[in-house]
Amino acid sequence: MSNDQQIIDSNINKEYEYGFVTDIESETIPPGLNEEVIRLISHKKEEPEWLLEWRLKAYRHWKKMKTPNWAKINYPDIDYQSISYYSAPKKKELSSLDEVDPQLLETYNKLGIPLEEQKMLSGVAVDAVFDSVSIATTFKDELKKAGVIFCSFSEAVKDHPDLVQKYLGTVVPYTDNYFATLNSAVFTDGSFVYIPKGVKCPMELSTYFRINEANTGQFERTLIIADEGSHVSYLEGCTAPMRDENQLHAAVVELVAHKDSTIKYSTVQNWYPGHPDTGEGGIYNFVTKRGTCLEDNARISWTQVETGSAVTWKYPSCILKGDNSVGEFYSVAVTNHHQQADTGTKMIHLGKNTKSTIISKGISAGKGQQTYRGEVKIMKGAEQARNFSQCDSILIGDSCGAHTFPYIDVRNPTAQMEHEATTSNIGEDQLFYCNQRGISSDDAVSMIVNGFCKEVFNELPMEFAIEATKLMEVTLEGSVG
Amino acid sequence: MLDIQDLHAGVDNKEILKGLSLNIKPGEMHAVMGRNGSGKSTLSNVITGREGYYISKGDVRYKNESIIEWPPEQRALAGLFMSFQYPVVMPGVNNTYFLKSALNAKRKHNGEKELDAAGFLKLIKEKLTELDMDTSYLQRAVNDGFSGGEKKRNEVLQMLTLEPELSILDETDSGLDIDALKIIADGVNKYRSPERSFLVITHYQRLLKYIEPDVVHVLIDGKIVRSGGKELAIELEEKGYGWLES
Ligand SMILES: Nc1ncnc2c1ncn2[C@@H]1O[C@H](COP(=O)(O)OP(=O)(O)OP(=O)(O)O)[C@@H](O)[C@H]1O
Ligand SMILES: [Mg+2]
Repeated sequence: MSNDQQIIDSNINKEYEYGFVTDIESETIPPGLNEEVIRLISHKKEEPEWLLEWRLKAYRHWKKMKTPNWAKINYPDIDYQSISYYSAPKKKELSSLDEVDPQLLETYNKLGIPLEEQKMLSGVAVDAVFDSVSIATTFKDELKKAGVIFCSFSEAVKDHPDLVQKYLGTVVPYTDNYFATLNSAVFTDGSFVYIPKGVKCPMELSTYFRINEANTGQFERTLIIADEGSHVSYLEGCTAPMRDENQLHAAVVELVAHKDSTIKYSTVQNWYPGHPDTGEGGIYNFVTKRGTCLEDNARISWTQVETGSAVTWKYPSCILKGDNSVGEFYSVAVTNHHQQADTGTKMIHLGKNTKSTIISKGISAGKGQQTYRGEVKIMKGAEQARNFSQCDSILIGDSCGAHTFPYIDVRNPTAQMEHEATTSNIGEDQLFYCNQRGISSDDAVSMIVNGFCKEVFNELPMEFAIEATKLMEVTLEGSVG
Repeated sequence: MLDIQDLHAGVDNKEILKGLSLNIKPGEMHAVMGRNGSGKSTLSNVITGREGYYISKGDVRYKNESIIEWPPEQRALAGLFMSFQYPVVMPGVNNTYFLKSALNAKRKHNGEKELDAAGFLKLIKEKLTELDMDTSYLQRAVNDGFSGGEKKRNEVLQMLTLEPELSILDETDSGLDIDALKIIADGVNKYRSPERSFLVITHYQRLLKYIEPDVVHVLIDGKIVRSGGKELAIELEEKGYGWLES
């Protein structure tokens, strides 16, 4: 046993004396955050020393940080000592769908989710011969043939430690921001992708296929590396509403795109938005997503459909280092009832001829509040950089709000910048026009909203786009009287 | 088909219709004429159930049923159609998609099978030809960037597609060029049948030359002050409205 291991063990035992009710075999660590807890997480996950050190550095840094308060969102203070930072991949199993919240089932049905999948999503034990398990297996074989690594973050730490160590924290350093730093200290799992040189990933990579493998938990960490000339499209989340006992979610996603490579990252986020009348119980979603186009001609494209969560704080960004590299951000965000979202992107142009595109579509209904916050930075060396930004908001009803904060910082005179912004209402006249043609108000709203979001949905992989369209319908249902 | 008795109605606490009565039988074409602001569009909006309009007295009966409590889509599904004086722009909403949704909502309501994309395309292309409209129209957003006349033509296209039993045409002739007016009038005439009724609002006798009304009404200050045959329209064109005021 190494010296360090002894220290860890003795510390664990010490904590145990101080009231840890669980032993090393147990599934959950009691609430609280301190260095011992971090050591325990790292130990349970059998992590190498360097990773523990990295976590600890992050934790020590985090203790000195303050919660950011610049975003236009309101939520009660979070008590970080009341959170349990580790729970093993075990979900409470229900014996049948009868035990599931009927409201959730109704939504599943509206989305047309097959019965077996409904069971899986709501935590009901599924048959051994479950379709997606076998799909997942064939899927894995094919990826292996192509040389693609796609696994959980924990597996990657064990099986590809060099790659993880080389890239972890290179895009989002552990000092980055309050939530990212917290994540660096306590992350439990997530996804890892490596696409080798010249490989075009033979299929869309979807977290969906990993759903029953690991409980990624509230502090998820994802790292995607596209080596030279490679190409990958990654899908995160799924349209089915996800409930979670953990209210706080603070994920980090890092993308690294080498020379001539492309990473396309699509998200559909539909976490529980809270009780429609009070917003109670909804997820707080504080996410840090960033990609670096490290070398020439690299391309990173973010597409997101954000319909869930009580509070969303999220700015998928691109650092365009390589010459001719391209960053894109396509976003649809919906806030209904009491939801709040402060979301947008940052495009940092460093290389020559770098190009970025921002298309943001915000939809507010009910008492929803939404802010677009975007920053485009053209640094000195970024000759002939170009940006096009378009931020449109649509309001449904008069109790909601939309706000736009575009920040522009241009330090090279050759830059070309274009910015457009619109705010519109779903007018009484539009609804009446539809009604007069026999179209119900709900259908009218979804028709107008889908028309509004078309540019973004077009960026989504086909079946995701169809699901997203449906999801919008369900999310905005009943938003007009 | 449509029976309105002593209707008092308005908007924003302002009474605009002040005891209006009107009876339209199946197959009849009624024209309503009157000065700007006399309440013609208000009448259309009240019949079709637009939000914000109140009825303080009287009743609107459609096929022997009072419809004043019905939401607008229910009235539409029951066969009531209005060609808007100011057709509404729906940015991003494709014409084909819009019209197909409307038609299928109606078919569903009538217990008929919904049309698929191919079936709908076949149908809509026939109607487009009838109204001398280009197929490029199908790719455009509803009324978005349409000229005044194109918007009116689009309203008539929708009417021909949805096949309503009672059609209200609110100044559908305004903004149409001479050729377009003929095309639209031909379309309406072809669509006339013993089961279908029309309420045509217009300022011009010109339209009524092409589509002959059975009855012409004159609306002044929220009331019908005179009804007559098509010759009343000619008389109005010569004399204006002054002689009818009390
Ligand atoms: N929302 C409203 N608030 C107040 N007054 C209104 C409102 N809508 C209509 N009016 C008034 O009601 C009157 C009747 O309007 P309406 O649109 O029915 O006239 P119209 O006969 O169709 O006129 P036109 O020939 O110009 O189309 C007008 O004086 C108009 O200003
Ligand atoms: Mg009018």
